Amino acid sequence: MPDVFVAKFSEFPEGDRRIVSAGTTEIGVFHWAGQFYAYENLCLHQGGPACEGVMMHKVEDVLGADRTFQGQTFSKGEMHFVCPWHGYEYDVKTGECAADRKLKLKSFEVVRRGEDIYVVAD
Amino acid sequence: MDLPLSDFRKMEVAEFDTSKLLAHASKQAEERGYHRFPIVDVDSHHYETEAIDEILDYMDDPVIQQLARSARQATAKGPGVLSPGGVGYQDMGGRVMRYATRGMEKTPKDRHRDIHLAQRWMDAIGIDIAIMFPTPMLQLGLHPQVEVEVALARAYNRWLCERVLAHEPRIRSMLYLPFNDAEASYKMVQEFGATKGVVGFMVTSARYRPVHHNSYMKTYALLEEMNLPLAFHAGYNWNDQTVGMMNKFISVHALGFVFYNMVHLANWITNGLPERFPKLKVLWIESGLAWVPFMMQRFDNEYMMRSSEAPALKKLPSDYMRDMFFSTQPMEITDMGMLEQTFRMLKADTQLLYSSDYPHWDFDLPSTIYDLPFLDETAKRNILGGNAMRLFNLDMPVGKMAAAE
Repeated sequence: MPDVFVAKFSEFPEGDRRIVSAGTTEIGVFHWAGQFYAYENLCLHQGGPACEGVMMHKVEDVLGADRTFQGQTFSKGEMHFVCPWHGYEYDVKTGECAADRKLKLKSFEVVRRGEDIYVVAD
Repeated sequence: MDLPLSDFRKMEVAEFDTSKLLAHASKQAEERGYHRFPIVDVDSHHYETEAIDEILDYMDDPVIQQLARSARQATAKGPGVLSPGGVGYQDMGGRVMRYATRGMEKTPKDRHRDIHLAQRWMDAIGIDIAIMFPTPMLQLGLHPQVEVEVALARAYNRWLCERVLAHEPRIRSMLYLPFNDAEASYKMVQEFGATKGVVGFMVTSARYRPVHHNSYMKTYALLEEMNLPLAFHAGYNWNDQTVGMMNKFISVHALGFVFYNMVHLANWITNGLPERFPKLKVLWIESGLAWVPFMMQRFDNEYMMRSSEAPALKKLPSDYMRDMFFSTQPMEITDMGMLEQTFRMLKADTQLLYSSDYPHWDFDLPSTIYDLPFLDETAKRNILGGNAMRLFNLDMPVGKMAAAE
């Protein structure tokens, strides 16, 4: 299958995402922290559009040196995208399910040719 | 609409369309051929608070009605005095976006908005008939004023029958029983039991009334006589002292949605209600299934030693449970072997009823049943629709007659 055009680089800002089709396969493409990532838009849970939901940083507990609970915060480095059907969260940099890293969305290579961004479809 | 996200970011959302959200569900329905057999969803929801002004038009008590309208104006949203619902995070901090955006969905004016919305998700998922329940009213049994529960229950039931059920045969309901008032519950069955679209009655489980109290016996007898099932719909109460010890909604939901049904089911069996009302069909909704084997094993074991405390029983507690009906959602598909044993223990082929709980955050699609590796095609079809059609004496959906032969 030929590579699938995603967007012009200048029209695909950091923090944005696109959904493209490669035949019958939907692919979510993310531009995050200077990199592009692409995953099949099919949640491993019940098949929801996993790549179409909100992007939220991982929530982390804050513990004191004495292991007491001090509150919660958002991760500085780990960003998740969330399936809008049921809330399954995926690591945008790996496609791994945040709740069980053994589960991983099918990933696709993203390439830049000049000003154009493409997904390399299987 | 801007959705608040982490790190002070926002996400702009311009529209919401149920059919688009559920496009992948439509694909599942097509791939699995759901058009070949009836699918009945025994637990789905709408948001009655979005029509609260219409519902209040049906309220008899002029003072409660005025209080409700006044409170609604003051708060500018929500039902005011009518809802005792407390803190909750069903939308997971906006991660399940439809909670925040559903109000943006556009519907034609020719029929009631709730009918249009239901038709959209039913068509997308592949459901022929949906039994619909309210949402915030699931906590109305916790209202401190019994008279408010009764007044709102009757207004809601009248509104639902006249504005929704009368106009869409694919939508049915088990009407709300104001269970904190036994006499009012009895009158509700008398008044609405034969109304078009009413297929039974429902008790919201999060409340503090024992189901074995003598005041309820005539209501059970009337339901039995009218061949109308009685359902207990699970719910949570974070203000409960025990539940209040849990500081995470995940814990409150995981245990709370089972706890009250466990209490009611324990009372129902140990007080011999299945023997007193042998033809009354009882359905337990939205507690999932993992609790069923636990209750069966726990009560069978204790009954063998303490049968003197439950002298009305003529068989094991688990045998009575196998005469009852259970809805599937939220079905715990985490250990396929355990799930298979659970199906065996509760006689899923005849007693289990598919439910979606759509549009709530933990809804289940029909594929959660259809894709199970240990079910044959007949069992799948029974659970997805056949069992419910027999339980509720439903007519075959249009277009499915040939498929069901």
